[in-house]
Amino acid sequence: MAENQFIVSSSPHLRSEVSTPVIMRDVIIALLPPSFAGIYLFGFRALAVMIVGTLAAVITEAVIERATHRPVTIGDYSAAVAGLLLALVLPPDIPLWIVAVGSIVAIGVGKQVFGGLGHNPFNPALIGRAVLLASWPVAMTTWRWPVASAPWMGKGFDILTSATPLAALKLSGIKTPYGPLFWGTVAGSIGETSAIAVLIGAAYLLIRGHITWRIPGYYILTVAVLSLLFGQDPVFHVLAGGLLFGAFFMATDYVSTPVTPKGQAIFGIGCGVLTVLIRLYGGYPEGVCYSILIMDATTALLDRFTRPRKLGEVRRSA
Amino acid sequence: MRLKTFRGGAHVPHFKELTATKPIRDARLPAKVVVALHQHTGAPCEALVKVGDHVKVGQKIGDSKAALTAPVHAPVSGKVVDIAPYPQSGGREVVSIVIESDGLQEVADTVRPKGELDGLSQGDLREIIREAGIVGLGGAAFPTYFKLTPPPGKSFDTLIINGSECEPYLTADQRLMMERPEDAIFGTRVLMKAAGVSRAFIGIEENKPEAIEAMQKAAERHSGIEIVPLAAKYPQGAEKQLIKAIVNREVPCGGLPVDVGVIVNNVGTAVAVGEAISTGMPLVERVVTVTGSPVKEPSNLKVKIGTLVSDLVEECEGFASEPAKVIIGGPMMGVAQFTMDIPVTKGTSGVLFLTIDEVSLEEPLPCVRCGKCVENCPMHLLPLFISQYADAGRFDEAAEYGAMDCIECGSCSFICPSRRHLVQSIRLAKAEIAARRRKK
Repeated sequence: MAENQFIVSSSPHLRSEVSTPVIMRDVIIALLPPSFAGIYLFGFRALAVMIVGTLAAVITEAVIERATHRPVTIGDYSAAVAGLLLALVLPPDIPLWIVAVGSIVAIGVGKQVFGGLGHNPFNPALIGRAVLLASWPVAMTTWRWPVASAPWMGKGFDILTSATPLAALKLSGIKTPYGPLFWGTVAGSIGETSAIAVLIGAAYLLIRGHITWRIPGYYILTVAVLSLLFGQDPVFHVLAGGLLFGAFFMATDYVSTPVTPKGQAIFGIGCGVLTVLIRLYGGYPEGVCYSILIMDATTALLDRFTRPRKLGEVRRSA
Repeated sequence: MRLKTFRGGAHVPHFKELTATKPIRDARLPAKVVVALHQHTGAPCEALVKVGDHVKVGQKIGDSKAALTAPVHAPVSGKVVDIAPYPQSGGREVVSIVIESDGLQEVADTVRPKGELDGLSQGDLREIIREAGIVGLGGAAFPTYFKLTPPPGKSFDTLIINGSECEPYLTADQRLMMERPEDAIFGTRVLMKAAGVSRAFIGIEENKPEAIEAMQKAAERHSGIEIVPLAAKYPQGAEKQLIKAIVNREVPCGGLPVDVGVIVNNVGTAVAVGEAISTGMPLVERVVTVTGSPVKEPSNLKVKIGTLVSDLVEECEGFASEPAKVIIGGPMMGVAQFTMDIPVTKGTSGVLFLTIDEVSLEEPLPCVRCGKCVENCPMHLLPLFISQYADAGRFDEAAEYGAMDCIECGSCSFICPSRRHLVQSIRLAKAEIAARRRKK
């Protein structure tokens, strides 16, 4: 009794094996299919963008934390995730120094100024992308056909050597067929063009239980339904641009999206509405990035006003 | 068929294989027992014996005049050697009666069969159950006779017997159902009559197929008793979740099962109730699962109330490796102990030992709002916000977010990838909110 050596702590005494670093590592694993697709389609230039984006993000996090005398948390992989996410939504030929600036902004302005992991109101990678798009619009919209160019690119497409499917539709009324959109043999951001690669990565996250279908499901469904209502081809709008990648990898970011089931549904629907409106009526051909950022701003409110009904709670009918 | 269950909850590892196949065996008679005078919800008992008195097995040695209490009885025959505060599993010292066993196990003459169930009235049964000192054996230790007496204007229509045993590691109830199904069914019938209901459901998690089968066989001949296999999901055995799963009723927030006409009793309680009728023996022993990887011979033991945990360790042939944590109860809701010199009480369903490698010592990371606690909360609360408010000392907001509805099951802390102490914070908020409400 005198030499009691027992640890006394509050229950529960069991913890799940899945920790935050494990989840972040799994996100990186889920990003491998789109990453490999990007390298296959756009060559090693794409790999260079990914390496610079990831490294710059990790270094920025470490430097800022060191400078502000806080523990360095690059071991939780969250900075690496943000950097890789940013790289995957950039054009393959973007100057590498711009990539680095994007990662520095993503981690510095998007995450660390708010207090680091868990505190950022907006998706850091999308903050980085939005800043780059506003600062270097030409570099951010200079596209290239994939190295593995598909046979479907025949006559009539010559004049469009560097248009993404959404831009081709918006500016020239040309609709890219489903096949290339599905496999990714179109111009676009490194990780976004191949729908199949994105879906494989997404499936991994769903199976591992790290994301739920709610936000991406409502998001994609809303885009499909709305584009149909506006007389557009819903399948094209789901496959083209950054919708699938954004829905599964950006709109599911834990920190900047709602935690309540209803809040997540509204968030997804809101993203879908904004994306379709920007695509059809906005100044840009694509609107995924801004849609998610705008909806991120509503997260706190959504959480507040969509509190789930407690088990046994009787609500006065309105 | 889809198994019945509730929404939310966590899939926790079961760890039941350590003891699931071990038949219940009688623990050796301890040299002394420390019988706490307060091992139940309600008022503590007054000692009815003095130091130096000789007591017999089943003799009432403590009782109280309060409405909500449960008498205690001598688990061994022998001499009362001390009546003083002793440390208990709750962390506090409680006045206890220490009896030195004479090894004879002479039974008190008050202990005798109470006759046929048909010949006993509802009032008789409730009185017998009270006098037998029976409390909820699932861990809450709420006096059973009190539960059986509905408040004015309310009544029961359904009895639910809780055989789900959703806490990892614990197998006491499972073994009881496998080995003594007839006794469990008899106890169920007694409880049905005492509660005045004509139907009973016995909920058992589907990961205990032998228990389900044995109970189904035993229940066959009796009308109104149905065995309900449940999904193996934590906390399936929590009262509100069990009621929701089996009869699809929701106990109103702040309310009791009786508000929806249901009474829930643990299967161990049912067996004890049956015994109080058939042999007249009050609650002086119970089944305890002594388990964990450091234990050499993990066992399901029938133990005299008041036996020290250190005696149980000896009964299980000591330790194979150094234990770092001693837990009374299961790993999800059990209470960590600082000493092994504490006695088994009526509510002790298990004693779990963990090695240092099995103890989570990780520092919490910031909440990343992954929402896993929200998905897992069986009460459909938002644990992350309640705990944040609690940590910030904003208890009014914590209350507004339903802190008082938290059943402290630990699902949120279990699942939290950032290893945050969610239940701990919420528990703090609950205590603070309760204290403030009392002041008003």
